[in-house]
Order: sequence, then structure tokens, then C-alpha cells
Amino acid sequence: MTLVVEAAVLGILTGGVYALMASGLTLIFGVMRIINVGHGALVVLGAYLSFALFRSLHMDPFLSLLVTMPVMFLLGVVLQLVFIRPLKTDREALSVLVTYALALGIEGVLGYVFTTNFVELRAWYETASFEVLGFHITWVYVFGFALCLLILGALFLMLYRTSFGGAIRATMLNRTAAQLIGVDVDRVAAIAFGIGVATAAAGGVVFGITNAFNPGSHYDLISRLLTIIVLGGLGSLRGAVVAALIMLVTEDITQVLISPVWANFVFFVILVAILIVRPQGLYGVRVRDRI
Amino acid sequence: MAIPAGRVTALKGLALVLVAILALILPVIAPDPATTGMAVFTVMYIGLASAWNIMGGYTGYISLGHAAFFGFGAYSFGLLLVHLNVAPGYLPFVLVPVAGLLTALLAVVIGWVALRTRAATFVIVTIAFMFMLQLLGENLVKLTGGGAGLALAYSHDWGGDFFNIPYYYAMLALAVLSVGVSWWIRRSKFGLGLLAIRDDEDKALAVGVPTRSFKLTAFVISAVLVGMIGAVYAYYVTYLYPQFAFDPLIGISMVLMAFLGGLGTVSGPVIGALLLEPAQMEFAYRFGASRLYLVFYAAVFLIVILLLPRGIVPSVADLVRNWRHRRQVGPAQQGLASP
Repeated sequence: MTLVVEAAVLGILTGGVYALMASGLTLIFGVMRIINVGHGALVVLGAYLSFALFRSLHMDPFLSLLVTMPVMFLLGVVLQLVFIRPLKTDREALSVLVTYALALGIEGVLGYVFTTNFVELRAWYETASFEVLGFHITWVYVFGFALCLLILGALFLMLYRTSFGGAIRATMLNRTAAQLIGVDVDRVAAIAFGIGVATAAAGGVVFGITNAFNPGSHYDLISRLLTIIVLGGLGSLRGAVVAALIMLVTEDITQVLISPVWANFVFFVILVAILIVRPQGLYGVRVRDRI
Repeated sequence: MAIPAGRVTALKGLALVLVAILALILPVIAPDPATTGMAVFTVMYIGLASAWNIMGGYTGYISLGHAAFFGFGAYSFGLLLVHLNVAPGYLPFVLVPVAGLLTALLAVVIGWVALRTRAATFVIVTIAFMFMLQLLGENLVKLTGGGAGLALAYSHDWGGDFFNIPYYYAMLALAVLSVGVSWWIRRSKFGLGLLAIRDDEDKALAVGVPTRSFKLTAFVISAVLVGMIGAVYAYYVTYLYPQFAFDPLIGISMVLMAFLGGLGTVSGPVIGALLLEPAQMEFAYRFGASRLYLVFYAAVFLIVILLLPRGIVPSVADLVRNWRHRRQVGPAQQGLASP
């Protein structure tokens, strides 16, 4: 039983990281109606940037976010301008392919620069742990969770308390109507994409400390993130957070009760089960032509 | 002065006959294993892209998870071969349709769930199913051998230059079947229904197209063809690993080829595969170790989608139509005629 509780706690802590990564993905979908299949690769890219900073300057992985997040934000804006904006017709389908291509390109470049060997981000809190009520919890999970709460909190504040956030939400609800009342939807889209990519960098650091990764790690990551945002309902930030927690807690409990090799599988089983009952996901709205 | 439509059809027919003859005698003209090996994979992708196009091109439901059916066909074939103790040689090819039948059962189940969703969600669900099957391949160690792989018996009589030949003709037969089915569907009432679904599913339903059963049928036909091709692939490579049988790159390659050639056309996927697969193999061969070939692949992909979003065949068809139109109207009226 204690094992199950411990697994649930760990699930919540890692679920926070996935919530952060998935919220960037679902934000991008909400604003632009595109699925960024390259999100996993961008997370891995963020992890590698921090890895490079650590290797050359011995910069603490969490501290390096001060450098990598702005860089990734700019990268996101550029990617949106160059590759996503030119798509005029059949955007939803074509964007999947474009971002898939970006993922392959990032994987190829990372493989060329860093080789395909697995690496890991190192820091003192990676292995150091503390004891609470008889459970051992590694510091990195707590720090990672705190970081995710911080960024998610900032994201929600930005969305619900600032006028730019209002513009983003208006674009998510109805692009044409937002345009009519004077929202510069192109600018909103570019910045939202940048924000999504910057959160990928933050997620990448925590992912990189808690997992060994290589350039090919993005396949596994993106399949999980996509599953999470479909489960939560495409475009719903709240849904992404809830779904991430459900998924990771179930996964960690399965790991303890059944076996680690089936933990991943449960992820997809939940998705299929939900889709049979509720094809639009937990918090999704069923709109004609969209779901 | 326009070329009469009848002569265009005749030209097309002639081209088809020439391509067929070339495909049949290719192993005689170029018998070296490097060429025939490349031919096996090129013909394989002609089949895969054409089969994918039946679902993705005609109905507009983009599946990025067709590698699930490829891998499932490969594993069902491999397991049948191992457990039935079939002697290697020509006999195992009989099991290919059996593998196709098993794939059909899987496709009905996956299709039933996945087709409850549309557009973006459908894309994601197909990806999820592919990874689900890959995980099953890794986890059901007693059945599949897991990550250690599944070894298939192969014929020792087929040595040297001959080794690729039986597989080449098997793949060719399946490619012809896929293109044939695709052509037949495009001309049928069923195909018309699929195109209506692509253009506007709700309107199609309103005018009486049984959208649910049409979509599922197209999905299953497409999956069965891919599964059978996977079976021949399994026999060809003789060793199956979950991460290579259920390879996301295989799933995306057939999509890219269909897009490059022209989505929803019969000849598009064929042309896309003919152009892309040899180029991809050449690149993987030269830059395989550094994984730079992925960058090449991404670059081709981006160029195709940003510059030729409709693919080669529709773009060329437009050019030809404009040219013929201009000749009909005459140069003087050109300014008036162009819309």
C-alpha cells in the first residue's frame, strides 16, 4: 500500500512536468488549430541546449532556463513565421506534416551534433533525497514540480489577467470574430507559438534530469503528449493539466502493481477507453468538423 | 489545335504498358543486388503509398499510424511461419493473404474506435495506436520475442543475385493490386462517396452517403493492403524487431510520397514513391551513420508542402490544362480568357 501511495505521489510530481509540456502543445492547438508534432523534438532540443550549457559553462540546468527559454521563444516565433504561416489551405492536415518534418530535422541535427548516445542532465538534486512520512522523495521531482507550477501559474495569469491573454483566448474561441474586433491574430499566433516552444524548453530541463535522453527520445515523448491533450480535449489548458495528472498517476501505479513494461501501455488504454465514451475528450467541446 | 481527349487516353495507355513492361523485366536488365534491392523497397513504397491514399487521399482522414498495420502484417506473417513450421521457399507467400485477413480484423477494431473522431484528433489517435502496437510487440516477449527480435526461416536456395528477385515480384504484385484497387475505387460510386466525405462529411451524410460504413470500409481496405505488404517485408528482411516493424518513419514516408505525387490521385502516390524512395535510400546509404539523412528528409518534406501543397500530379495537370486552354482560345484573347 505504501508503495502505491509513493507511486501516486511520484505520479503527481512527474505529472506536473507533463502538464507543463502538454499545455504548451494544447495552447498552440487552441490558437492556431494545428497539431505541433514537433513539440517532443523541441522538448528534447531544450534539454540538449541546457546540456550544452552545462557541459561548456557548468551552468545549473534550472538556471540555464534563463538563457534557453528566451532562445526557444524566439525559435518558436521564427518557426511559426517561416513554416506555419505560409500554410493557407488545409492547414490542419498540412501542419501535422510540416511539424513532423521539423521534428525529423531537429532529430537529425541533434544526432549530428551530439551523436545518438544517451545523455543525462546532472545536478546535485538529481539523486539527493529527503524523507517525509517515511517516503523518500528525490529533490529534483519537487524542484521540477515547483518550476512547473510557477510557469503554469504564470501562463494562466497571463491568459486570464492580461489584455494580451484576452486576445489569445478570443483567437482560440473564434478567429474571425477576434479579427473583427481588432485582434492582430497573426501576431497572437506567432507569440503563442513562441510561448508554447518556451514551455517546451522548461519541460525539457526537468525531463532531461529525470530521464536519460537521446535525439530519438521525441517519438516516445510526443506520443504521450498527444495522448494527454486528446484525453484532456484539444485546446483545453485545464484538460491538459488534469489529463497529465491522471495519466502519470495511473502509469506510476501500474508500474508498481503490475509491471514497468506495461506502464506505458496503460496510457493508451485509458485514451481508447475515453474515446469510446467521450470522443471529444474530458474538457473538449464537440464542434462540427473539428473533433 | 488542342490535343483530342481520345489521344490523351491513348498516350496514357501506352505509358502504362511501357511502365508495366519495364517493371516486369527490370531484374533482367539490372540484375545486380544493389539495384534489385532498391527496386524491392521502391515497389514496396508504391504499394504502401497507394494503399494509404485510399484512406488518406480519398476521404481526407490523415492516418499517421499506418505503420501499425505494416508491423502487424509483418508479425502475423512471421508468427504463422514460425509456428506452422512452413518450409522456406515459395510456399510462405501463400500466408501473405492470411496475414492480410488478420490485419483486417485489427483494422476493424482500430477503425471503429479511431473513426469516432475527426480531423486532428483522428491523426493523433492513429499515432497512439501505432505506439500501442509497438509496445505490445516489445512486451509480449513470449509471443514476439520482444526487443530481442523474431527470426524467420529463409530459403538458402536463393543465393547471390537471385535473392531479391522473388521478393521483388511479390512486392510488385501487391503494388499492382494496391494501385488497381485504388483506381477501381476512384471510378466507383463508393469512391465518389469517399470524395464527398473529404469535401464535407456532414453534407455527404445529409445527401445519403453512409459515411460511417464507407469510412470504415476504406480504412480496412487500406490497412489490409498495407498489412500484406508488411508480410512480404517480414519474409524479405527475415528478422523482425518491434521498433523497425512498427517504425513511425515508415508510416510518415507513405504519407509524404502520397503528398508529393498528389493526394487523392491514382498515379500520384506511384510517382511520389518512384521519386522519393530511391533518393531516400541513397541518402541513408551515404549519410546513414551521421543521421544527417533525416535532415535531408525533413528538407524535402518542407519544400514539398510549402511549395507544392497539392502535389506533382495536380500541379502538372493544371499546367497542361492551362496550356491547352490557351492554345484553344488563341494568344489574342488570352488576357480575356484568364480568370
